[in-house]
Amino acid sequence: MEQTVEYAPATGALSGIWLLVAIPLVSAAILLLLGKRADKWGHWLGVLAVAASFVLGLIFFFSLRGLEAEQRSAELSLWDFIAVGNLHVDFGLLFDPLAGVFVLLITGVGSLIHLYAVGYMEHDEGRRKFFAYFNLFVAAMLLLVLGNNYVMLYFGWEGVGLASYLLISFWYTRPSAATAGKKAFLMNRVGDAGLAIGIFVMFATLGTTQYDEVFGNVSALSSTTVLILGLLLLLGAAGKSGQWPLHAWLPDAMEGPTPVSALIHAATMVTAGVYLIARSNAIFTANTVLQTVVVSVGALTLLIGCIIGAAKDDIKRVLAWSTVSQIGYMFLGVGLGGGAYALAIIHLLAHGFFKANMFLGAGSVMHGMHDQVDIRRFGGLRKYMRWTWLTFMMGWLAIIGIPPLSGYFSKEPIIAAAFERGDWTSWLYGMAALLGAGLTAFYMTRLFVLTFHGPERYTEDNKHPHESPFIMTVPLMLLALGSIGAGWLMSTSVPGWLEPVFGAEEAHHEAVLPHSLISILGIVVSVLGAGLAWAMFRRGTALEPQPAGVVVTAARRNLYTDAINEAVFERPGIYLTRALVFLDNRGIDGLVNGIAAGIGGSSGRLRRLQTGFVRSYALSMLTGAVVVVGAFLAIQLGWLA
Amino acid sequence: MGELSLPGIDYGALLPMLILFGAACLGILVEVFTPRRSRNGIQLTLAFLALAASFVAVIVQHSTRKITIGGAVAVDGPTVFLQGALLVLGAVSLMLIGERSIERGGPFVSQAAITVGSQKDVKQANDQPGMTEVYPLTIFAIGGMMLFVAANDLLTMFVALEVFSLPLYLLCALARRRRLLSQEAALKYFLLGSYASAFFLFGVALVYGFSGGISLSAVHDAVANPQRSQILLYAGLAMIAIGLLFKAALAPFHVWTPDVYQGAPTPITALMAACTKVAAFGALLRILYVAFDGVRWDFQPVLGAIAALTMLVGAILAVTQTDMKRLLAYSSVANAGYLLVGVLALNEEGLSSTMFYLVAYGFSVLAAFGIVTLVRDADGEATHLARWAGLGRKSPLFAATFTFILLAFAGIPLTSGFTSKFAVFGAAVEGGQTWLVIFGVITSMLLAFPYLRVVVMLWLSEPSETTPTVSIPGFLTSAALVIGVAATIALGVVPAPLIDLTRDAAQFVR
Repeated sequence: MEQTVEYAPATGALSGIWLLVAIPLVSAAILLLLGKRADKWGHWLGVLAVAASFVLGLIFFFSLRGLEAEQRSAELSLWDFIAVGNLHVDFGLLFDPLAGVFVLLITGVGSLIHLYAVGYMEHDEGRRKFFAYFNLFVAAMLLLVLGNNYVMLYFGWEGVGLASYLLISFWYTRPSAATAGKKAFLMNRVGDAGLAIGIFVMFATLGTTQYDEVFGNVSALSSTTVLILGLLLLLGAAGKSGQWPLHAWLPDAMEGPTPVSALIHAATMVTAGVYLIARSNAIFTANTVLQTVVVSVGALTLLIGCIIGAAKDDIKRVLAWSTVSQIGYMFLGVGLGGGAYALAIIHLLAHGFFKANMFLGAGSVMHGMHDQVDIRRFGGLRKYMRWTWLTFMMGWLAIIGIPPLSGYFSKEPIIAAAFERGDWTSWLYGMAALLGAGLTAFYMTRLFVLTFHGPERYTEDNKHPHESPFIMTVPLMLLALGSIGAGWLMSTSVPGWLEPVFGAEEAHHEAVLPHSLISILGIVVSVLGAGLAWAMFRRGTALEPQPAGVVVTAARRNLYTDAINEAVFERPGIYLTRALVFLDNRGIDGLVNGIAAGIGGSSGRLRRLQTGFVRSYALSMLTGAVVVVGAFLAIQLGWLA
Repeated sequence: MGELSLPGIDYGALLPMLILFGAACLGILVEVFTPRRSRNGIQLTLAFLALAASFVAVIVQHSTRKITIGGAVAVDGPTVFLQGALLVLGAVSLMLIGERSIERGGPFVSQAAITVGSQKDVKQANDQPGMTEVYPLTIFAIGGMMLFVAANDLLTMFVALEVFSLPLYLLCALARRRRLLSQEAALKYFLLGSYASAFFLFGVALVYGFSGGISLSAVHDAVANPQRSQILLYAGLAMIAIGLLFKAALAPFHVWTPDVYQGAPTPITALMAACTKVAAFGALLRILYVAFDGVRWDFQPVLGAIAALTMLVGAILAVTQTDMKRLLAYSSVANAGYLLVGVLALNEEGLSSTMFYLVAYGFSVLAAFGIVTLVRDADGEATHLARWAGLGRKSPLFAATFTFILLAFAGIPLTSGFTSKFAVFGAAVEGGQTWLVIFGVITSMLLAFPYLRVVVMLWLSEPSETTPTVSIPGFLTSAALVIGVAATIALGVVPAPLIDLTRDAAQFVR
């Protein structure tokens, strides 16, 4: 499957795509450098910067649409970034259909969340700093999706990692936030190391990291190399996107302010892994083992996320596990390959809307309930928070896949695609996806019902819930509109739009079940799950954790994944460090200190020759002169050399 | 008696030196005829004008390639480049020398002979402005250095050596503070310098005996086609080399360096560290590349051993120094070793990289000593290392600047210290001197320790009550610091223009 990839140079309006990254970056710099002087208006600058990027993104998007389908790409080489020996890395950007939809998602949803954050962070002293980091994140994320080579992608990748770390630990005086930030950073390092090594492999085998050159030459690589390369990229993707086995950081990341959870840990950054795999589709399609691994990771993670999500009581954690699970669906999609790439991207975009919607809704609930996050302490909030309730409902219906909301159009095709994989594995992955849909409906309904319906179970200090100000509800409404309509809109237009990136849809394998049956099954499973949850929780729930069976206990403890991480990585890591410290102290330091002591000692002894007496200086010069003259004469007479 | 004909003299080619010597003589007249109060301003202006005019003359002469006044002076690429470098570095040193705002009367005492602490001394400290003879002396020294790098016969070279050495001996003795130390340093420098000059002169005599001529080309021809015993040649070469190695502060002829650097007034130390080094290596390059290149395989190993010894001695002794000026002195010794590595490449690349190194190092070392003049307490400069502890807390800008200069000395990339070391080591590898490069890299590592120790003391120690203050630099010192630091950055980030310049200049005439 020879694939030639060529990108057209950026012309016209598209030659300004660097502005997309530059505007939020400059805004972040201004906010950080001006310090307190910008406290009064800094947040508006932050909102404006992202909104400006969004408007520009729209302009670029439509100018891209105006081009012929084959020429829909714009490559802009700004300068030679790294030039050492054979390694040449462009500081270059690429605006193509895939990057285009990401730019719109990041800046569009980003603008709404920035706007929301103006209200949400109103009483926080660090609001200006928050917006600086937020802008920094947007700039880095845009660089990630706009780079025209893997090094640029890595640049943005690390940038979003940094912004994520800064924002998770934004309330750094809370130990739990500081720890969560570190946990996210460390687990991301594991993935990032994989990505970095993957880029090294690329350079070692192909001599380049430019997208077009890499994708054009993948067919020249042996299948083992492709497998290794793909697994390394997958490691990076799993780290950033919170996929098994590197998923444990994502739920803890909810320690950050809620807008951060919505933008970074739901809508955009955590989908970077999906972007990486979709962008590298030439690599992943070239090896079937690799695809199977991706599909398995996706399927496993989506089930893990559902199961744990069903056992959690913290509103943001449930949403976080749901994110893990939904990204699992996306991995499933990109792993299936072919037409499913586009399906995964559609789900990603739809998820960006409805998950951001629900996170912001959760934030609105917390705003009205004195930062209470325990859903056992909510109930009946629909009376007090009409808009939050209504918009959250749209998100809820969307995620569980009720037609005609967006989740139905984005998730159901992935389930169907899983059933079409072609052999017995169709059953495996298809059933996993279907089961996931049922579980999703169950835990999301549980969340929704316990929060907005049923009896009021507020704590003493929370007797008077109130609706959030307009600046927070307006973004909610807009996102709710997205949750309603985006799925249908995209399912008809996006696959064709992305064709230049993923290639034409190939003929499907024979489906093991007819498509219409899968559709109906999906809806039935969702309704069953939702109905079960409604029946169980409509009268509220116990206020304390109840004794539970094996499965629920395991789920409450995150299916022991933290314990496994600790046993497999942390403890051996600690022992390894101890051993290395021992070696370092005794062996290496001994040697180094020995040399240092030797030099210091000889220095001290030599110093004594520097007596300060001219006579001894003259003597040493004379000795030197005798030796030098002697050496010359010895050479001349043939005694030496 | 044959016909006696005057040799042809190209005054244009000599103009840069003539301007300086003329201005220095004029400066002595100024000393006599102008009132004391306005003397400093006049002298300073005169000195800067002389350097500027001379620099213009050098620029005008940039494409001259000729030998003039009967073979005594060669004006060629290296001459023009090194003269230009001497003028620029000399001008920056002059800024430090001319600074009068940090201490009343500047760092120079007007009558050094007055006993320290006597009534007369107190009166002198209160009433009299500093000595202004330093300006003509400095101009004489720089003029002598310019002649030194242009000298095309051995006797002219000797005369030039004395012309620039004698003012330096004097200047060393003029420190206002720690006067006895300064005078002791000057005397040491004078005695040992005379001793080394004697070696040089004896070497000239032996080489004359060998070749029957004193011009470098005559020596070159005789080396290629020896008529007399080669013992004369080798002994003579060795002794001439010793004279030059002394000025360049190469081991084991470096012994004067720490004492003199410590004792001399700091601006004079800066002048010596930057300009004397340029002059000494300029002459060494000319002698080795023009006159003795026929026996390069014979002197290469001996001088190589000296380079290795110098790097080692400089680096090891720097480790235990407790005085900032002595530390910088040993660092200067080690840097002389690196320079000799570049010289010993014995190819065009070696010539150009050595010249680049001289300029780059000159700027950094001027900035370093410029900062030393600013750290003061009631007794003048506080040069003991322990006194510098915690200065980063008190004066972050100053400490950051000094840290940057130290990192440049340590050869950290993006500073001129890296590019210049890279250039000389690259040339030496090309010239087959890999062993010296390995030595150089190892000693650079050793040398990084004392530099970083200072950095650690600056930033990580708590300041104590006795921590001295950093004086607000006057305009001249600020300008010198800015120039030194800017050049250190610029030559580290965009070294290409200067490297191209040195490459174009890297051709001697014979």
